[in-house]
Order: sequence, then structure tokens, then C-alpha cells
Amino acid sequence: MRNTYIIAKREFVAYFTTPVAYVFLVIFLAMTGSFAFFLGGFFSRGQADLVAFFSYHPWLYLALIPAISMRLWAEERNSGTIELLMTLPISTTEAVFGKFMAAWAFTAIALALTFPMWVTVNVLGNPDNGVIITSYMGSLFMAGAFLAIGACLSAATKSQVIAFILAATACFLFTMSGLDLVLNFFRGWAPDVLVDTIASFSFLTHFQAVTNGVIDLRDAIFFLSLIAFWLFANVIVVDMKKSA
Amino acid sequence: MSQLILLEQLSKSFGAFSAVDGIDLAVPKGEVLGFLGPNGAGKSTTMKMIAGFLEPTSGRATVAGFDVSKSPVEVKCRLGYMPEGAPSYGDMTPGSFLNFVAQIRGFNGAEKKRRIDETVEKVRLSEVFHQQIETLSKGFKRRVGLAQAMIHDPEILVLDEPTDGLDPNQKHHVRGLIEEMAKDKAIIISTHILEEVEAVCSRAVIIANGKLLADGTPAALIERDPHHNAVVVSVQGDGIDKVREVLSTMGAVEVVAGRANQIRLIGSNSKDVSQVIREKELPIEEIYVEHGTLDNIFRQITAPKGIANA
Repeated sequence: MRNTYIIAKREFVAYFTTPVAYVFLVIFLAMTGSFAFFLGGFFSRGQADLVAFFSYHPWLYLALIPAISMRLWAEERNSGTIELLMTLPISTTEAVFGKFMAAWAFTAIALALTFPMWVTVNVLGNPDNGVIITSYMGSLFMAGAFLAIGACLSAATKSQVIAFILAATACFLFTMSGLDLVLNFFRGWAPDVLVDTIASFSFLTHFQAVTNGVIDLRDAIFFLSLIAFWLFANVIVVDMKKSA
Repeated sequence: MSQLILLEQLSKSFGAFSAVDGIDLAVPKGEVLGFLGPNGAGKSTTMKMIAGFLEPTSGRATVAGFDVSKSPVEVKCRLGYMPEGAPSYGDMTPGSFLNFVAQIRGFNGAEKKRRIDETVEKVRLSEVFHQQIETLSKGFKRRVGLAQAMIHDPEILVLDEPTDGLDPNQKHHVRGLIEEMAKDKAIIISTHILEEVEAVCSRAVIIANGKLLADGTPAALIERDPHHNAVVVSVQGDGIDKVREVLSTMGAVEVVAGRANQIRLIGSNSKDVSQVIREKELPIEEIYVEHGTLDNIFRQITAPKGIANA
């Protein structure tokens, strides 16, 4: 635990020693806002809720989360510091978890900074704040799942660009897997069980359930188990490079 | 337990390429072992396996009594490792970086501060303590790498090219540091520089193509250079043929490469040679005894057959 915390702290501070953190925060806030107001019709809906705000989160994460996760391991590998990190008296799991927590905490801050949306909707009307809180939680969990995918793929390469593209592609597939675009590809030949399984992995489906105010433990478990799976894969990828 | 580092048939291959091929080695406390060898010989790979960064394909590395593959964390607690090129986090300062390493090494509060201060003073980093590492000169970066390896005063130090890229003063300083620490540690350094081995190492091994080819004290190693203790004479004017004829009775004679007026005599000693020169009144300008060089030992021991004699 102690080691995980120390690593997470170092990683977290590292985000802010380069312009990456500030560029990310500004763009994230600008885009969540403008998507909600212009594409989502925040005002014209005439409803005191944040559905217009949350429904674009999966799409924003698709492009922005890989930008946070890409440096986690690829940069260490590229600069050789991975040799330093992995010869410190820590386990691979501690390193993987620490890095992930740092990135997740950073996303949590980005998400928390969207609080003016919440203030606005409360000033304008009487929203169901319970739904808003679960939506925030859902969004954070989804971001965690995206990050875990990105972190694992970042460990597979030296190049941050490749890490970004791999992560964006994987996240895209997970987001879209509930839509016909992806499912039709399988429907022709795959058994229904497989099609249903693929569909059940859709981030969109799970996230929409959360933002509609349906608190289902299964959605939380879905995202948490995805995080666990990808972090586990991350440990394996890092260890594999050791014996390569 | 007398051997702090014990390698048994340690091997590592990457695909079909065998980087380290069955190395046996034991390093007791108090020894400074120099790894010598051409680039790509397997020095760094061996060090990475000792430090637990790479998993051996076969064989075993035991550090402070712990098997590196089975108890990596125990080994890493007792070992300080500076990887090749001394990588460190460029966006941190030496201060924050050493603070991070000290924390991971389990130090807190006053003890942590004392260790950092002490190490910073030892490697002379105080003037750049609050400067970003990526803006530092190569010498300072190298010292940051050394500092992180020494901060927990480990029993075992593995330093991959600790003086590479340093100026002569800095090299001297780092060698002094290593000598100072040598007494109660087992230290492995890799280097290309023979004078460094002579200066700090109590033992040297030569590695090429993943195999251990020579093992001994630096002095014993130098004697393997055929030119070691050869007598070289510079001939005045154009009497070279005469000198050559006379000296060839005393041992093997050859013209020094690139020097038309110098002759190297192997298998004799300077006393006899100077006596002969005086007796025969040979036109000699200068006479000196050659010392073995790393270049020659390298070529002698590590070059593929055919090239060595060319």
C-alpha cells in the first residue's frame, strides 16, 4: 500500500510538471461544456438534469483518456527509467496500481472541475441530485476502465503515439460494441451467445443505464471488473518484458 | 555467507541470439569487480539479471543469499543499481527524485533527510539540488544516478559504466567514492577504460559474446597483452636496418605500426637492450618499456580469430 501510494504521488505530480495536465484540463472542460450546450441542447431541452452533459462523456473519453494513459509506461520504457523503477524494491503489481491510481485521480480532478455545470442546473431548476451523483460516479468508473485499457497497452510499447492509437482503438471497440455497427459484423455468422456477450461489454449501454438514474450494482461491477482485468493484464505485460 | 553475488551458469537469450552464455562468478564482500568487454558482450545484460530487471533464460543469480528470480524484492532491498546511461526522471529535481527513491527504500522523516543530505554531499549534487534533472549536464545526471543507487547504503552495488561521459576530475571523484565504499560491500562496475580497472578494481573479468573469457587481478590481465613489457626503441636517422638486425638476436622484432623509425622488441628486457645499444653504439634516440593496453587485451582475447592477427 505504502509503495503504491508513493508511486501514485510521484506520477500524479509528474502530470503537473509538464503542460500536459493543464492542456488536458482546459480542453476537457471546454469540450464537456460545449458538447452539453451546443450538441446536447442543454437549454433547449428545458429539463433540469445533466443528461445532455453526461451523454457525451464516452465520446470525449475516447479521445482524451488515451492521452492521459499513453505516457504511463511507454515513457518509462523509452527513457530507460523503467529499469530504475523495476529494480526498486517494489512488486510489479504495486507499480501498476500506483500508476493507474495517479491517472485515475487526475481524471477525477478533471471531472470535479466540471462542477459549474452542476451549480448551473441547480440554480436553474430542481434536478434530481441523486441521479447526478450516480452519473458522476458512473463517469468516473468508465474513465477508470478506459484508463486501465490505456495503461496496459502503454506497457506494450516504447512509443507514446502507438500507445495512444492502440488505446483509442480498444476504447472505441468497447464503447461501440453495443451498437449495430459492431454487432452486425458478428450477427451473420456468430452464435447469439457470442453476439450477446459482445453487446454486454458495451460501455455505452452500461453508462447510459447509470446516467438514467438506474442504480444497478451490476454496472458498477462491470466497470470495476474491467479495471481489474486490464490492470492484471498490465502486470502480465510488464512481467513478460522482463523475461523476453 | 561469504559470497554476496553468486552466478551459476547464468544465461540469457533473446530469440536465437544468446546474449549471456553460461557465466559462473562469485563476488565476496570487499571486492570491486570490473566487467570489461566490447560493446554487446553481455555486460549490461548480466548486470540487469543481477539487479532483477531481466529474468535469466537458464541458470541462477543469487544475491546476498536470495535467489533473484524467487525473492526479487529481498534482493532489491539489498542492492543498489545504476542502469546504463543513468536514467532518471527528467521532470523531477535531484531533490524530489532522491526523496522519491528514499521513500520507496522505506526511509521517513529525519532518517530520510539525513540519508539524502549525506548522499548529496558524497556525490556533490548540492548546487543543482533544486534544478530540473533534464537541464543538468551529463556529469550531474550521472551523479544523480549514483546517488539513487547509494542512498540506502546497500551491501551490493552494481554500476553500469559509472564514469562514462565524465571529465577527468569527475572520474577521479567517482573512483574515489567507489574505493571508499569498497571495504564493506561487493561492487560490480562495467567499463571500457583499463586505467579505471587498475585504479579501483581488485579483480577484473573479460566478457565477450556472452562468455567469461578471463578472470584475474588487473595486473595479471595486463600481462596477457603480448606487448606488455616489450621494449621500444626509436632509431635516429636511417640506421633502422642495422638496429633491427642486431636486436633480432635478442627476441622477436617488429616495426611499430605507423612509426617507420620505431622498433618493438618482445621477449627481452630494457636493461639488456640498453647494454647492447651501448656496446654496439647503435643510433638510438629513445628507449622505453611498453605497458599492456586494454585495446590490445581486447583484441587478443575477444576478437574473432583472423582479425586478431591482422
